[in-house]
Amino acid sequence: MSSALATTRPPARAGSVVTEGLAVRALLIGIAVVFLALFLVLPLVTVFIQAFAKGWSAYLAAFSETDARSAIRLTLLTAAIAVPFNLVFGVMASWAIAKFEFRGKNLLVTLIDLPFSVSPVVSGLIYVLVFGAQGFLGPWLLAHDIQIIFAVPGIVLATIFVTFPFVARQLIPLMQEQGTAEEEAALTLGASGWHAFRTVTLPNIRWGLLYSVLLCNARAMGEFGAVSVVSGHIRGLTNTLPLHVEILYNEYNFVASFAVASLLAGLALVTLLVKSLLEWRFSAEIAAGARGH
Amino acid sequence: MAEPPLRPRRRFRQPSVIPGFGITFGYTLTCLGIIVLLPLAALVARASGLGLWGIWAVATDPRVASALRVSFGVSLLAALTASVFGFLIAWVLTRYRFPGRKIVDAVVDLPFALPTAVAGIALASLYAPNGLVGEQLAKLGIEAAYTPVGIYIAMVFIGLPFAVRTVQPLIEEIDKEIEEASATLGADRWHTLIKVVVPPLIPAVLTGFALAFARGVGEYGSIIFIAGNLPYVSEIAPLLIVIKLSEFDYGGACAIATIMLGISFVTLLAINLIQAWSRRRFGYV
Amino acid sequence: MGPSTAIRVEGLSKTFDTAAVLHDLSLDVRAGELLALLGPSGSGKTTLLRIIAGLDFPDRGRIIFGADDATRVPVQERAVGFVFQHYALFKHMSVAENIAYGLNARKRADRPAKAEIKRRVGDLLDLIKLSGFADRYPSQLSGGQRQRIALARALAVEPRVLLLDEPFGALDAQVRKDLRRWLREIHDRTGQTTIFVTHDQDEALELSDRVAVLSKGRLEQIGTPDEVQENPVSSTVLKFLGDTIEVEAIAQGSEVRVNGRLTPVKAPPGLVGPVKLYARPWQLQFAEPDQAHLEGHVRSSYRSQGRQRIEVDRSEGKTVVVEASDTHRLAAGRKVGLTINAGYVFKD
Repeated sequence: MSSALATTRPPARAGSVVTEGLAVRALLIGIAVVFLALFLVLPLVTVFIQAFAKGWSAYLAAFSETDARSAIRLTLLTAAIAVPFNLVFGVMASWAIAKFEFRGKNLLVTLIDLPFSVSPVVSGLIYVLVFGAQGFLGPWLLAHDIQIIFAVPGIVLATIFVTFPFVARQLIPLMQEQGTAEEEAALTLGASGWHAFRTVTLPNIRWGLLYSVLLCNARAMGEFGAVSVVSGHIRGLTNTLPLHVEILYNEYNFVASFAVASLLAGLALVTLLVKSLLEWRFSAEIAAGARGH
Repeated sequence: MAEPPLRPRRRFRQPSVIPGFGITFGYTLTCLGIIVLLPLAALVARASGLGLWGIWAVATDPRVASALRVSFGVSLLAALTASVFGFLIAWVLTRYRFPGRKIVDAVVDLPFALPTAVAGIALASLYAPNGLVGEQLAKLGIEAAYTPVGIYIAMVFIGLPFAVRTVQPLIEEIDKEIEEASATLGADRWHTLIKVVVPPLIPAVLTGFALAFARGVGEYGSIIFIAGNLPYVSEIAPLLIVIKLSEFDYGGACAIATIMLGISFVTLLAINLIQAWSRRRFGYV
Repeated sequence: MGPSTAIRVEGLSKTFDTAAVLHDLSLDVRAGELLALLGPSGSGKTTLLRIIAGLDFPDRGRIIFGADDATRVPVQERAVGFVFQHYALFKHMSVAENIAYGLNARKRADRPAKAEIKRRVGDLLDLIKLSGFADRYPSQLSGGQRQRIALARALAVEPRVLLLDEPFGALDAQVRKDLRRWLREIHDRTGQTTIFVTHDQDEALELSDRVAVLSKGRLEQIGTPDEVQENPVSSTVLKFLGDTIEVEAIAQGSEVRVNGRLTPVKAPPGLVGPVKLYARPWQLQFAEPDQAHLEGHVRSSYRSQGRQRIEVDRSEGKTVVVEASDTHRLAAGRKVGLTINAGYVFKD
């Protein structure tokens, strides 16, 4: 696999007619690196600098608070529900879309993509409109003593919404590119549909699947806008990690705020690292979906 | 040939030997309906309750109008910046080999992975008047934090990966032979770039621009900390929705949300049109 | 046909969206034969093969395996061995796992014991002469080797019929030739009823017991390679089987005249008036212009594999290619005559 890839990317030779002069190249590389360092890397580094501004003990103190711990618990719980849900949805949707020809397919794909183009705040708002006290189902929910908005179910729903397309949009192009020949071969050899899926389709998409689950998880744990709208910011009850960061920051408790933020930044770094490793190692098996996030 | 002409049938689905269409399609539609379509329909229902005039009245409220202007105006500028630097970064990453290239490539995705609130507080502390960068800017007479400049910086941050990642795969796919052909026909490097390399990339650049723009308009978490949120100056539309909601002004929140949703649909449509045109013209997206 | 018919295709019709790909097509496949489905792209040959396999569904018509109507039998139960054009090997499985796949997919009660599966895989690897390759992965094999693995995988389930879709289409010329001979050997050894799809007439004629020529979703002709070459039923078959020269002619009784001169070609009964006469390049001969059926000027000539091919610009405007064993070279621009020694006559 890697050797096939290498041949598609011949190294730029010095003096080649299809590249720029050395000075121009150096200048452009310089601009790109400086720009990225200034705009992207510096903020990341700042998080850790600020988190450790008052030393280790102050850093660790941020996590000994019960509110911080409950925020961690809620964030893990939310991701533990939202990610598997979208995993199952993504696999089901991409099977229906990639393996079959039917009318209205493009519309379906566009609708699945929709949450990506909706502002996070609006994503939260629409759930308030359905489940909130003044919402469509509000009176009924109140009568039955079910609380969704300003409670954990609302946070989970909003998180599912914002991460809804992640797995599906990664897998659809990948499965489309793989076609149906291998599944058909399995069927002609007597395999049932489920057997063919387990033994042929799943191994073919596993790295793409892992890749998309990773990104889905990062977003689920880090979502701020949508969750902020439906959460109600009840300390110890409906605060996720990003919301906890906000509260601490607004209370001018910068060290604690950045300490909690460093946890999320660490998650982002691990995500990026694993993502990059997957891309370098299995680029062919995830490439189809990587075009345009 | 006594055979009767076959009735040309338009089926909903081409028959296939692959099993599982019914259950996967049904499950997909059910999830989509419950998670995405019904809640969005609730917004549309609310907004249509306000009527066009109701929405117009909210939109022309000076504070709302100013917030919309800030969101759209600054996002436009930020998307433009992201597109220009995004193209440059994508070019450098695909065409040049230099030490640390893979790391630089991975760094581009940072805004995708970093939670917006984390980016928000980091940018705010960097660009605050006593922050690492803010201090230097202040010497130059530029106030970044708590002004539209801060909003611009945050929007460039979150828009950049869209600009890079839409163009990058297409630069990778450029057949070097067309550049060599151009060179053999006597064109210098600059001429080749402008006339041969760049034109097929324009649709992707536009798509990246539109994605960055849409993301900037809707962005909340990474902006509110650095923006200062002064009404009429540095207040963005998404924040105003949150404010209206906390005042239980559902109508106002819905009106702003509808306008924003309308704009993102137009953007989405524009992207689709660009890609359809690109497919016709260049045979790829 | 009686008991020797392995597969009967009856009145098959199929449309995709609005385009018809098969028109009321019927065909018998004899037990143990190697049948080629030959046709240009778009002739419906692959669709026919996929319908026989159960991978596609006809709008009308039936597929009968032996005595059983298999039209509604799902693909898993048809017991066909299908070899895909691009192999469709399972990339993440070793060669042995690929070949054993169909056996492992069986329900526990029908599944052979592990040792038995291993033995069968070994036998098949011997058969395809890739004995040492059990633990390799498809990406480590050449195209020809992959195609042989795909064939072994299909044979492992002991299919009633082996179906091959353009089996050599993705291979280069030399490998194609070797694999053709090899497939014929395997067929002769196993006696497996086999249908293969190809658009290459040489491949069909060299390899098969019978050839079914398809065009635009219809069966034009079916017969042994000799039958279809010697007695093509239509100009479509004739043209598809090799280079032809097309000449306007007049039929009267059984006589056929070109430019007023009698030819040795006999018209079939009932064909009168203006007709088309078709000849192969080697069925023409150079002659003095005033005694010939056709005349023209030599445009160019070249030699290939011991034969000389001469392009002649006919006075009527068309260019024809004549094949001759003459070793003397004809100068370009020279006026020549051509006589027709043999050929075929069709209305169109």
